[in-house]
Amino acid sequence: MLESSKDSLKLEAMKRIVGLIAKGKNASELFPAVVKNVASKNIELKKLVYVYLVRYAEEQQDVALLSICTFQRALKDPNQLIRASALRVLSSVRVPVIVPIMMLAIKEAATDLSPYVRKTAAHAIQKLYSLEPDQKEHLIEVIEKLLKDKSTLVAGSVVMAFEEVCPDRIDLIHKNYRKLCNVLVDVEEWGQVLIINMLTRYARTQFLSPWKQDEIFEENCEQAFYGSDDERNNKSEPTSKPYVMDPDHRLLLRNTKPLLQSRNTAVVMAVAQLYWHLAPRSEVSLVTKSLVRLLRSHREVQFIVLQNIATMSIQRKGMFEPYLKSFYVRSTDPTHIKTLKLEILTNLANGANISTVLREFQTYVKSQDKQFAAATIQAIGRCATNISEVTDTCLNGLVLLLSNRDETVVAESVVVIKKLLQTQPTQHSDIIKHMAKLLDNIAVPMARASIVWLIGEYCERVPKIAPDVLRKMAKAFTCEEEIVKLQTLNLAAKLYLTNAKQTKLLTQYILNLGKYDPNYDIRDRTRFIRQLIVPNEKSGALSKYAKKIFLASKPAPVLESPFKDRDRFQLGTLSHTLNTKASGYLELSDWPVMAPDQSVRNVEVVEPFTQSTTLAGKVKAAKPDDAFYSGSGDEEASGSGSESCSSEESGSDSESGSDDEENGRKKSSSDSASSSNSSSSSGNESRSSQSESGSKKKNLKKRNPRKNKKSCKNKSENDKITKSGSKTKTDSVSSESEESSSEKSSSSSESGSEPETDSDSGTDQKKQKPKPKKEETKEAREKTTKQEVSLLDLDDFAPVSMPTAPRPAMLSPSLITDLEGLSLLNTSLSIDVTSPVYVPAKSHELLHRMSGKGLAAQYHFPRQPCIYSSDMVSVQVTLTNSGDQTVEDIHIGEKKLPSGLQIHDFNSIESLEPGASITVSMGIDFNDSTQAANFQLCTKSDQFNVSIQPAVGELLLPVTMSEQDFRTQQGKLTGMNESAATISVNQENSSSRAIVHKVVTAANLGVVPSAEDRIHRNDLQTL
Amino acid sequence: MIHSLFLINSAGDIFLEKHWKSVVSRSVCDYFFEAQEKAVDVENVPPVIPTPHHYLISIYQDKIFFVAVIQTEVPPLFVIEFLHRVVEMFRDYFGECSEAAIKENVVTVYELLEEMLDNGFPLATESNILKELIRPPTILRSVVNSITGSSNVGETLPTGQLSIIPWRRAEVKYTNNEAYFDVVEEIDAILDKSGSTVFAEIQGVIDASIKLSGMPDLTLSFMNPRLLDDVSFHPCVRFKRWESERVLSFIPPDGNFRLMDYQVSSQNLVAIPVYVNHNINFKESGSSGRFDVTVGLKQNMGKSVEGVIMTVHMPKVVLNMNLTPTQGTYTYDPVTKILTWDIGKINPQKVPNLKGVICLQSGAPKPEENPNLNIQFRIQQLAVSGIKVNRLDMFGEKYKPFKGVKYVTKAGKFQVRT
Repeated sequence: MLESSKDSLKLEAMKRIVGLIAKGKNASELFPAVVKNVASKNIELKKLVYVYLVRYAEEQQDVALLSICTFQRALKDPNQLIRASALRVLSSVRVPVIVPIMMLAIKEAATDLSPYVRKTAAHAIQKLYSLEPDQKEHLIEVIEKLLKDKSTLVAGSVVMAFEEVCPDRIDLIHKNYRKLCNVLVDVEEWGQVLIINMLTRYARTQFLSPWKQDEIFEENCEQAFYGSDDERNNKSEPTSKPYVMDPDHRLLLRNTKPLLQSRNTAVVMAVAQLYWHLAPRSEVSLVTKSLVRLLRSHREVQFIVLQNIATMSIQRKGMFEPYLKSFYVRSTDPTHIKTLKLEILTNLANGANISTVLREFQTYVKSQDKQFAAATIQAIGRCATNISEVTDTCLNGLVLLLSNRDETVVAESVVVIKKLLQTQPTQHSDIIKHMAKLLDNIAVPMARASIVWLIGEYCERVPKIAPDVLRKMAKAFTCEEEIVKLQTLNLAAKLYLTNAKQTKLLTQYILNLGKYDPNYDIRDRTRFIRQLIVPNEKSGALSKYAKKIFLASKPAPVLESPFKDRDRFQLGTLSHTLNTKASGYLELSDWPVMAPDQSVRNVEVVEPFTQSTTLAGKVKAAKPDDAFYSGSGDEEASGSGSESCSSEESGSDSESGSDDEENGRKKSSSDSASSSNSSSSSGNESRSSQSESGSKKKNLKKRNPRKNKKSCKNKSENDKITKSGSKTKTDSVSSESEESSSEKSSSSSESGSEPETDSDSGTDQKKQKPKPKKEETKEAREKTTKQEVSLLDLDDFAPVSMPTAPRPAMLSPSLITDLEGLSLLNTSLSIDVTSPVYVPAKSHELLHRMSGKGLAAQYHFPRQPCIYSSDMVSVQVTLTNSGDQTVEDIHIGEKKLPSGLQIHDFNSIESLEPGASITVSMGIDFNDSTQAANFQLCTKSDQFNVSIQPAVGELLLPVTMSEQDFRTQQGKLTGMNESAATISVNQENSSSRAIVHKVVTAANLGVVPSAEDRIHRNDLQTL
Repeated sequence: MIHSLFLINSAGDIFLEKHWKSVVSRSVCDYFFEAQEKAVDVENVPPVIPTPHHYLISIYQDKIFFVAVIQTEVPPLFVIEFLHRVVEMFRDYFGECSEAAIKENVVTVYELLEEMLDNGFPLATESNILKELIRPPTILRSVVNSITGSSNVGETLPTGQLSIIPWRRAEVKYTNNEAYFDVVEEIDAILDKSGSTVFAEIQGVIDASIKLSGMPDLTLSFMNPRLLDDVSFHPCVRFKRWESERVLSFIPPDGNFRLMDYQVSSQNLVAIPVYVNHNINFKESGSSGRFDVTVGLKQNMGKSVEGVIMTVHMPKVVLNMNLTPTQGTYTYDPVTKILTWDIGKINPQKVPNLKGVICLQSGAPKPEENPNLNIQFRIQQLAVSGIKVNRLDMFGEKYKPFKGVKYVTKAGKFQVRT
């Protein structure tokens, strides 16, 4: 039928074949006939052929290859479903020959426009990996790319690929951590489970333990209680500085909490384990309710959840105590669920609730399910040992059970009583007597052995009965089980030692019996005991101590929960369920002692405060305009702002000598401007500078429109972001620049970032600022942190936070010259390059330490005017030697620059010790393009090719002017340079600060104070 | 993740197998059979069974074992939850999840499984999406297909798969726009010998049946949302709004779905609607016992209690029972030792009673414990917790839908210890 020309017949045939496959019958001989139909137009037929192919291609690789080109064609199909399914089948066909084709297809699909196809690509990664692990490196690249994907559809799949292929490459997660946390709620449920599990592992390696504080607190309490000596107190002092949870850690906890309400039990469990492993102790109990809810679910779900609760309840009784009744057993539960519930009840029992628990147990003991009843008796025993108040009650109850009709119950009780008696043997001789009587009726070997042992152990308390028991046992010795025989031997030996007169003959009789026992263990024991206790000339020293050996007091056994050691596994995992390590189980690491660098997660953040101070000299030198600000700043800014201003002013003065010519002039202009706000003199000055830079004018003019256009685009891009107000901020700028530049970027840069992220990290780095307390509502918190950021970022530049205050007009000299070249009307304009409103601390990787043989290099844009040339962008390169040998003579080697680009080298570094790092600054003239600057970074022995790729926003320089001037300038610009957009912002972003913040995050821009506080203008000057 | 799936019927035959990665021999199921044998009762088969190279995770539903084969570490609940989702999907497609239904629709089943998992990882588990990809079999459609030659497999990617609301398909159209909600509450309780409550709680669900055109945005509010203690939602419900306003705001999936699960706070005392008087005893000597059980209405709630059924697992030594009911019918199965008494509707005036003699195996010792009584009942038009839906508003569409809410109270795991 497969050869038929009619689709319907073929379909019918395929259905039958699939039926055969489903039954597990072999249909492989039809392979060639089926493969022919792979190109069929009929979708259903096609799908069935796919099913067939995937099943049998591994067996018939040669024929399967015939179908490959069909898939390749389908990969280009306009229908995304067909593209995806083609990729699915292509990757599922396990034929090693096509690995390169698969690799290519995956790479292509990873950049597909349809997220569905990208998702399929993520799945294909694992398939390829399992087929050909050698491709790991390439696959990791794809994973890295897909991790950045913004679609929630892809997130789950790619995390799974990550877990399968390279779970140890935690560094890939850093940059995506916050994104993953934020989209978590929107990811499909299966992806959620995986992401949560992965993030649990991640968080354990990246954050400090939130439990420490509790411990320290407890410790301190203890010390106070015992009247601690000063020494110890001092010791704990440095560690006891208040623990503050990493905001990222908090973000994770906050974002997973709503998922406790998921209908998917796996998600709830995943969140529960996350809280268990990561949350501060006080917050773990949040998950209790949800876990208890899961107990309503299917039997299998109950089983797993109960297991996990059992483990949890050992460590944290309080968590589940209010829900004690939810663990009451129903007679209809399957046995394994009953035992688990029993386990939990036992764990939860304490002095307060023991009476209710025991009453419950009483009914369980009578259960028809004898296995369960026996387990209950064990549980009672455990309760009795754990809670000393009820030991007697339990013991009495158990003794009553001895008269039970069911043998297993009685036997179990005997065993448990034995254990209990051992803990407090003093006053229970009547129980022992009672048990001795029972010996006649009980047949279960374990119970008999227990009784015999008991009597032997406490034979001195029951001197009359013990020999009698021995007599009885001797009679039946030959028919007993081994375990009973062994105990009988023990009993005999003990009696012989304490009461030789009465039992000598009996003992000898038993020893004789034992000597000829079929079991070698018993023969062995017999010989041993004979030598030990029967005095003869050979056994000298030992027999003296026989009494000590046999009648030493034995420690009572500890009745422990079988779930005691399960907490070594991550909750909710297969390994935890089985209590053995399953293959592929990833160990949950311990908390780090020191917090790893949290800035690695920053997608783009403010510059670390410490760094900026160490660099102060250079930075300030390149910032002469500060002096100007201090003048105006005094009027507007709060007291603290002005103070730091003046200090910087002096710094800049002393350094100004090193400035190049133009900068020097800039400074003088700004100085004069500070003396008289918006004076015409500065205008004149700048005009004089105009003539000098006349040669450059043409160049600038030519470039400016293009630049402006780009930046306008940029601006509108940012506007969009603000407008949408969505949580995930895109890296629109970088993508923009990537598009416009040649596809050379080795390390793509993300310059967009979410406001929350920034403000969060901002808080940490400013240690001197009071930390916002978590009790505050989220919104309030955001506000405060934002304010902090803006205050600190600007160093001394308060006006941004008071946008309505008037400010003197400023414009950069080069732009004004340029503009004045167009029209000479602006006489009253004062101009200056402003200090950057915002400095991102995101550093880009220049050289990874692996590829650099221990030498790592990172670069970032400090957004300062370059000291080497005004055309250059200053770039700071941080070189770190992470290897174990000193790296010598680091310098820049051969440069392969596109035309127009220039690099000002940094001074070569003579040597870099292992572990040391050094920051150098260099200047690059990107020639207003976003082309990457490629050059070689050389050490004494090696050369590494590296490249620096600028984002558009980094090529700009902020200037300041008054609103009025802005309008004038705006009017003069041609339409190409103008970009207007009306932004409707949502509530949380409605403050002017927030908008400004977002814009400056993306590009190096200044801010014009505006009377209408909904309009923000950004002005800029190209370099 | 999930490597393979085997479906095994109660007779121990593997009647369907599906592999997502390389083929795993069905002999791996021998380990499962071994465990099954050891467990005696099907209910007692452990859900997770380790074997030397694989791990078997199984669920038991509708007399079929779904055995998933796993090779590496994976959260077991992940697999269990997925298997249950498969069962649900079968029920959704074929009306039931029986061996016969699966065998009959084996191709659809295969196509479904293919779509639900890719390389062992769930791909599409939303019924709305799957139904667009693979249309459920109906007689009408199969007739049409055989004539026109069209297939019942969707040709384009379902729109829901890509949207942020994957549970709803686009372009839904109905002539009658209806939205029905069933508030179903179940009383879980354990009563002790004397009739006092050991443990009782109320669990509820809201099932919805939504047939609305377009993209309606619904808001459901309660009169007394404070009663709800712990809730879990269908992914469509906006959690933020629930947290802030205690209303359910959602764009519903098309068709039937479970909107939410809830638990009523345990502080509230649960009103148990029925009482049970029982007197079961086995004579010490001889091979007989007495059985006398009365089920009555405890308090008058103004509603009648219907569908009352009592089941008792009798001890093994009980050979037969000779009883006379004053109402309804009873059956005793001597093999499974289950006594079922179907009472029906309880009349407040006449209290149903079941009385008679128990025949025991001669010579065997009398059972020391009386069997527990499991009771089922149903009360229409009543939510025992007192929860009430206040109103349902619709936004986003112009038409006026027909709305309805139904309340039912049922017995959940309602057990009387004797």
